[in-house]
Amino acid sequence: MFENLSDKLDKAFKVLKGQGSISEINVAQTMKEIRKALISADVDFKTAKEFTAKVKDKAIGQEVLTTLKPGELLTKIMKDELADLMGSSSSEINLDKKPTVILVAGLQGSGKTTFCGKLAYFLKNTKKKSPLLVACDVYRPAAIDQISVLADQISVNVYKEVENKNPIQISNNAIDFAKKNKHDVIIIDTAGRLAIDEQMMDEITNIKSSVNPNEILFVVDSMTGQDAVNTAKAFNERLDFNGVVLTKLDGDTRGGAALTIRSVVDKPIKFIGTSEKMEGLDIFHPDRMASRILGMGDVISLVERAQQQFDEEEARKIQKKIAKNTFGFDDFLKQINQIKKMGNIKDLAGMIPGVGKAIKDVDIDNDAFKGIESIIHSMTPYERSNPHVLNGSRKKRIAAGSGTNVQEINQLIKQFSQMGKMMKMMQGGGASRMMQMMKGNNLPKF
Amino acid sequence: MGFFNKIKNFLTSNEEENTSDKIEKQKKLNDGLEKTKSSLFEKISKKVVGKSKIDDEDLDDIEEILITSDIGVDTSLKIIESLEKRVQKEKYISSDELTKILKEEIELLLVNSTDIDSDVKFESDIPYVIMVVGVNGVGKTTTIGKLAYKFKKSGFKVVLGAADTFRAAAIDQLTIWADRVGVEIVKQNMGSDPASVAYDTLQSAISKNADVVIIDTAGRLHNKVNLMNELSKVKSVMSKLIPNAPHDVLLVLDASTGQNAIEQAKQFSSVTQVNSLALTKLDGTAKGGVVIGISDQLKIPVRFIGVGEAMEDLQIFNKETFVDTLFNN
Repeated sequence: MFENLSDKLDKAFKVLKGQGSISEINVAQTMKEIRKALISADVDFKTAKEFTAKVKDKAIGQEVLTTLKPGELLTKIMKDELADLMGSSSSEINLDKKPTVILVAGLQGSGKTTFCGKLAYFLKNTKKKSPLLVACDVYRPAAIDQISVLADQISVNVYKEVENKNPIQISNNAIDFAKKNKHDVIIIDTAGRLAIDEQMMDEITNIKSSVNPNEILFVVDSMTGQDAVNTAKAFNERLDFNGVVLTKLDGDTRGGAALTIRSVVDKPIKFIGTSEKMEGLDIFHPDRMASRILGMGDVISLVERAQQQFDEEEARKIQKKIAKNTFGFDDFLKQINQIKKMGNIKDLAGMIPGVGKAIKDVDIDNDAFKGIESIIHSMTPYERSNPHVLNGSRKKRIAAGSGTNVQEINQLIKQFSQMGKMMKMMQGGGASRMMQMMKGNNLPKF
Repeated sequence: MGFFNKIKNFLTSNEEENTSDKIEKQKKLNDGLEKTKSSLFEKISKKVVGKSKIDDEDLDDIEEILITSDIGVDTSLKIIESLEKRVQKEKYISSDELTKILKEEIELLLVNSTDIDSDVKFESDIPYVIMVVGVNGVGKTTTIGKLAYKFKKSGFKVVLGAADTFRAAAIDQLTIWADRVGVEIVKQNMGSDPASVAYDTLQSAISKNADVVIIDTAGRLHNKVNLMNELSKVKSVMSKLIPNAPHDVLLVLDASTGQNAIEQAKQFSSVTQVNSLALTKLDGTAKGGVVIGISDQLKIPVRFIGVGEAMEDLQIFNKETFVDTLFNN
């Protein structure tokens, strides 16, 4: 509905054109639009009100730059403000203590158990830890089986006591078990509970005081509506949690709950869940979340992000190489990595006006580059900098090494050389222009 | 009474319940809602008494009530517009009257289950098949357990189909429910084809002369194209055995979900022709107001509400009661 907030703002600002700055009169209607947009994104009523008041204060008196339309300027102010409010990125969890005890809490169906599995997988693979999952949901049918199956999938140990209905006992026994078996992180999965269920809230408070966790994470479904404010407050009052996990962000919800929670309890969002797979755990990026809540096809932010992420030094080197005709596959790989650094490909594409809707129903894999990367990785350094030497037998070897076939390699080479030509043509253009070309049809599809 | 009339009656009325049950239920539903609602509403009611026009400040307050119940911007505006019209015409004098008008306007947006021409017509295609769909974590399996209990209590023979073959231990979870309620379950291994489980379930239900079949499906986000296609396959395979099956596609919505529920209803409807809703977790502080917009826009009635984790905690939706709880003071 608010796919084109920026357009709407432009309309609201018609009166303003030629005036050159944003004033009290022309901003009122716009603020109403913004508030509506935020509420439709599930931002809490009060939070939305406070937020628009703040944006209004910032916007009034701002000079409208010639390059930006007033609507765009306001969108930018708002996005910066949103990102600012949502805090800095990646507040990691503290793993210094041995063993580290992590307590996971939340409502029913928010995705606690799946998150526990993902966190264990992440700690095992990225942080080289030896995590232990603890099955403390003694109420929901088959909850213990669920965490056991996940633990199995990721080859992590799980501590469970099927007959024991006392989660405090189970947690404490698990800690003893972990100490004996050299587990350095303990992840306690708890039953889902409603914030107004006194008995259950007492239980989790008692688990907390008994095991004294180093980290308490509150798991929230990103589709949560106005109730996020009540729930977050209640859990925070009882548990004083350290961070928030936002799940199911691979859906198409705007995720306004993120803003609500942030402004109500002022705790960082530490992780986001982005798929049902065990590797679907991501660090939270406030700026991306801001764009998402506003739901705008925003070229400015695309360019901005491109500028931030593109290493200018790298870009100059590449331009030199293009000029000298020595642009090779290694450089191509670097380019791909630059694009990947900018974030989710579907998100990126979604920022190009008009594209967002068009690709809504297409499953774009974030691993879209995997095929290309594995082909290039299977080349020798010599082949990478001298693509012209790639003959039939070399191609066969590369195909075998990368698990592809010669056809796919030919396709890549063809598109690579086309790209080289185009780059030469637009030489002198900045990094953002180069990137714009790359997001066209020039990449082979795998 | 013919079989399908019995089913229809079951799905739309609360007849079998005695009054004390009802009061208990109403109390349960009210408990969570009352605290936050009453103060706000009292505030408004006091201010507007005796006026023929609601001033902006009052409107803002009414808007706040509606918005914080997850009714959404568009639907809230619609309600407020019609409220203004009514007030202009009728002039309210007391807070009771304002409450009444507001309630009436909201109730108008909620379609009744009986407003919809139900598919329950054909005596030939027994058993009655209900397919349950929804995004992850809304409470599909729990709702099925409770629903099976409700059917069984009314004397129907029920068979469950464990077609969530994806989520870890989903089959175990439904099996525990089947044992608890005392109904049969048809299942295969984790990872097997959900359409084949659905087919098996219907086949088995037919051979056992069951009255009602409830098919559980894996939770899926409505923007995942492949998973949604899989769902339509699960649905279409059933009609091979029973022409009009599934007779009911029940979309389960979590009451704490915000405006995204509208998109969920749209997408699931377009793939599986959803014809009824179950609203779960209403025993918390969430109001589930988003169903008002869904009902208004898509004409899909809410049929059940979930108000707890026990077997008995599934109620037939009653719109007067639902709206009452939004505005109890």
